Amino acid sequence: MRAIHYREIDGRSVGFWGLAALLAAFMAAGVTAAYFMAHIGHIITGMTNQVVWGMPHVFAVFLIVAASGALNTASIASVFGRVAYRPLARLSGLLAIALLIGGLAIVVLDLGRADHLGVALTHFNFRSIFAWNIFLYTGFVAVTGWYLWVMMERRLNRYTRMVGTVAFLWRLILTTGTGSIFGFLIARQPYDEAIMAPLFVMMSFSFGLAIFILVLMAAFKGARRPLGDDTLMRLKNLLGVFAAGVLYFLLAFHITKLYEAAFRGAEAFLLWDGGIYTFLFWFGAVFLGGMLPMLLFWLPQTRRSRAAAGWGSASVVVGGLALMYDIIIGGQAWPLSIFPGMKVSSSFYDGVVNSYSPSLPECALALGGCALALFIILFALKLLPFLPESLADEGVVESDMGSAKPKAAAGAA
Amino acid sequence: MSDEHAGPGGAENDVDEGRRRFLGAAAVSALVLAPGVSLIRYAEGDERSTAGASSKTRWGLLIDTTKCKPSCTACVTACSSYNGWKNEGRPTDPQWIRKVQVTDPSTGFSRSVPVMCQHCANAPCVEVCPTGASFRRADGIVLVDRHICIGCRYCMMACPYKARSFVSENLTNQKPWAPRGKGTVEGCTLCVPRIDAGKIPACVEACRREGGRAMTFGNLKDPASAISRALAEYPSAQLRADLMLDTGVHYQGL
Repeated sequence: MRAIHYREIDGRSVGFWGLAALLAAFMAAGVTAAYFMAHIGHIITGMTNQVVWGMPHVFAVFLIVAASGALNTASIASVFGRVAYRPLARLSGLLAIALLIGGLAIVVLDLGRADHLGVALTHFNFRSIFAWNIFLYTGFVAVTGWYLWVMMERRLNRYTRMVGTVAFLWRLILTTGTGSIFGFLIARQPYDEAIMAPLFVMMSFSFGLAIFILVLMAAFKGARRPLGDDTLMRLKNLLGVFAAGVLYFLLAFHITKLYEAAFRGAEAFLLWDGGIYTFLFWFGAVFLGGMLPMLLFWLPQTRRSRAAAGWGSASVVVGGLALMYDIIIGGQAWPLSIFPGMKVSSSFYDGVVNSYSPSLPECALALGGCALALFIILFALKLLPFLPESLADEGVVESDMGSAKPKAAAGAA
Repeated sequence: MSDEHAGPGGAENDVDEGRRRFLGAAAVSALVLAPGVSLIRYAEGDERSTAGASSKTRWGLLIDTTKCKPSCTACVTACSSYNGWKNEGRPTDPQWIRKVQVTDPSTGFSRSVPVMCQHCANAPCVEVCPTGASFRRADGIVLVDRHICIGCRYCMMACPYKARSFVSENLTNQKPWAPRGKGTVEGCTLCVPRIDAGKIPACVEACRREGGRAMTFGNLKDPASAISRALAEYPSAQLRADLMLDTGVHYQGL
């Protein structure tokens, strides 16, 4: 196998600084929105006492889930010893950290009392999965940073497999924790299922790898470095499997719900007559997030197309956001069942489908978090050698799981 | 692996060893110290005082829906007036207590039911709160400590009764005995300042004075209390009893 050379991107072009300026503008808009939300209150958002989590949470949870999945490539290389993924491992770790920081920034700035953040870091209720997630998220950044360190420090390369395994297990627990935030909500019929934890794990695999592919393609194009078809095709094939996995878990989730009579009203709402939520589920999550990418990745006419790999990945991202909106907002739109089987009405919107219209400030905050993640990636690529100089086909091992070099592969990435 | 290099020609060999060691030591120190500091604080325990509250008492409410008229909102008005919250009909407005009209679709039978925080023994809001701001006093009253509420609203997601509200805008003229603040979550306190002063909740008092005398307040742990005797004598129910939350609020006539 050819030696892998990593090098920082030049980052001197008009395109680089133009992108940096654009991302900075989005970040500034996000911070401004957060300032007004803190100063005036959440009254300027679309969130209410009925829909208490809104667009910021859709993007934040999406980014946090994707952060875990962005580490796929590094895990496959380090933990499962696939040599072909090794050159991508550093970028994989970088994306994981950047996406998580972007997601956490949104969550923190959306807090009603963001100024009480110090309280959140010093007072813990260990019965709360939210409190556990504070450790899981900050720990993930630390573990992934450690992982990057042993990958990038030649003297420590021998620890890569060990640290990579810790990071791999950590991210599985992290996404289990994120899914459990919803799965543990016994009060709300659209949630309240243990399967939400593995569903979120599979969503993380899919969303994270999709973002990884898009960033990889953009970075190599921007840096004018060769990205071979073999690498790209291998990644998009894997993404197709993950997208199918998400569809499988969604199927299992909704079939379980439909089996229980108590949940059928909520299911009928989300899957059949819920308006925007039904549309987002079938067209967004199922078609854009699963069916279309699989067709693009595997139809004979498009399966060798780089553009199809890119569009398919973008489709997974859009479908993933639609699914997250469907889960988070749709799940709150359905009214609580305080009096099962009864018709109810009140001044507090009991018994009615809750409406929600995201406002500009909360969208600005959500996009600001995404911009922060991309900004971190952009400047990290400029400052540190994350990106291989070349991923041309001749530099990539074609078949790496054979018996020829399993020991050489292990612990190497 | 020796085939990985930081740049062309292995430029990383030139990096200053001392700087590496310093950065390594700094990272290890931070990783070791940060959780340690947190754990020490955690070990110091919860310092919040629930002075005046005793575990020998469990305050509760019994609401006889057969005596509650749909047109009567005395309890809601009294709560709003005493605690200083206002419902102007907006979806962002708080409602610590509300009247829910409940109709059986198969029979058409309808009744009006006041719904507020049910002061659960196994309160989901307390379980999910990351900072412990949602807490349960020794006497069973579930409260929010505004000093450590970060406004994440997870308790609102978790509450099966929609009993909590989020303050979405600046407030003025709060009542000194009912602290409220923008960016925090709030709900029925069972009028805890009144209870601590030996009085009954404002809603119960208003129901007795202006309503149908549908509400009974008292100590669920005292077999001789009016509420315990009524519960022992007549059938009653808890809302979403299937969730096994052991609510402090009970209903008759549901």
